[in-house]
Amino acid sequence: MSDIGYIQQDNEARFGDYIALLKPRVMSLVVFTAFVGLVVAPNPVHPFVGFVAILFIALGGGASGALNMWYDADIDRIMRRTRNRPIPAGRVSEREALGFGLALSGISCVMLALATNIFAGLFLAFTIFFYVVVYTMWLKRATPQNIVIGGAAGAFPPMIGWAVATGGISIESVAMFLLVFLWTPPHFWSLALFMKADYDEAKVPMLTSTHGRRVTRKNILAYALVLAPLAVGIGFTSIGGPLYFATAIVMNALFIKGAIEIHGRSEVQAEADKYAVEKRFFYFSLIYLFAHFLALLAEAGLSYLGLGVW
Amino acid sequence: MAITRDSEIHTRRFSRNAGLGVVLLGFVAIVFGLTVVKVERGNKLEGFDHQPRVSALPAEPTSAAPAKTEVAK
Repeated sequence: MSDIGYIQQDNEARFGDYIALLKPRVMSLVVFTAFVGLVVAPNPVHPFVGFVAILFIALGGGASGALNMWYDADIDRIMRRTRNRPIPAGRVSEREALGFGLALSGISCVMLALATNIFAGLFLAFTIFFYVVVYTMWLKRATPQNIVIGGAAGAFPPMIGWAVATGGISIESVAMFLLVFLWTPPHFWSLALFMKADYDEAKVPMLTSTHGRRVTRKNILAYALVLAPLAVGIGFTSIGGPLYFATAIVMNALFIKGAIEIHGRSEVQAEADKYAVEKRFFYFSLIYLFAHFLALLAEAGLSYLGLGVW
Repeated sequence: MAITRDSEIHTRRFSRNAGLGVVLLGFVAIVFGLTVVKVERGNKLEGFDHQPRVSALPAEPTSAAPAKTEVAK
């Protein structure tokens, strides 16, 4: 290999570019929800095994992020928000990202299976498959329901965390799945309401452009209304408790209130205050999810101290 | 350029190489840590591999059971 080929490559990949391929911000959500899923499970997990499990769940999530960036490089080149990602910027080649993603997928699933149990490893493999093949390759560009399907992929981590501890699935882990699953569409659609245009150029069918903003607002409210009873209902399962119940009541009341406000607004009104309500709802939705999982964590802590109520 | 001095490529790639080094060392630490935890917990270390072996059989009950029956006689 001669030096000549490298002379004008001032945009060579740095270590940070490979980290960027793992989508660290998505990873932080994966780490948090998987951690809660693991901690609230009835079986205790050795702290080091738990740490390793979370690490490899996060790595698996990161690997699926890299595979997503490999497949979506053509879209990322078009959208302003994603133009600086490592592949569109030319710092990492597409094939390199593919190899990186596949290798890390394999390592993370095998290591999770070896460190904890086979079922958790298989579940992680299924999650990666679901996100990369079902969502990214198949449905993202085909249907405006893409956000709903993508939400399912993002909702698996707490179930994997639960599977790490218990080796299986139960009503509580499915409930945590549904909490994230039903939360994702209103979260992203409120973002789509104030982040305009980009998706149209890239020809990704977003609900806002295929069915209009009116329908999107209606859908946000519908999901918020379905989400609320489920979120409050988790309070009555073995992982819930009065603290969670109180949190869920307050959070869901505010969430529905915000969704009703969004539903009641016309585009003219929204343009007038530069989508202030939609932006507030979007940021609140982050707090909403965080608060629910934090409350579940607190309930687990209370019952560990012998202060659990039910 | 003196032969001892780093080429520009080396300085440019330092972040990648150092990062990879840290990741690999971390991986070694994780595998070692897992080994320590699994050995300390006394889990069965060998799985079933087509024929029973003493090392893969559950230890306590079978060795204790014959001793008890002899006492009973």
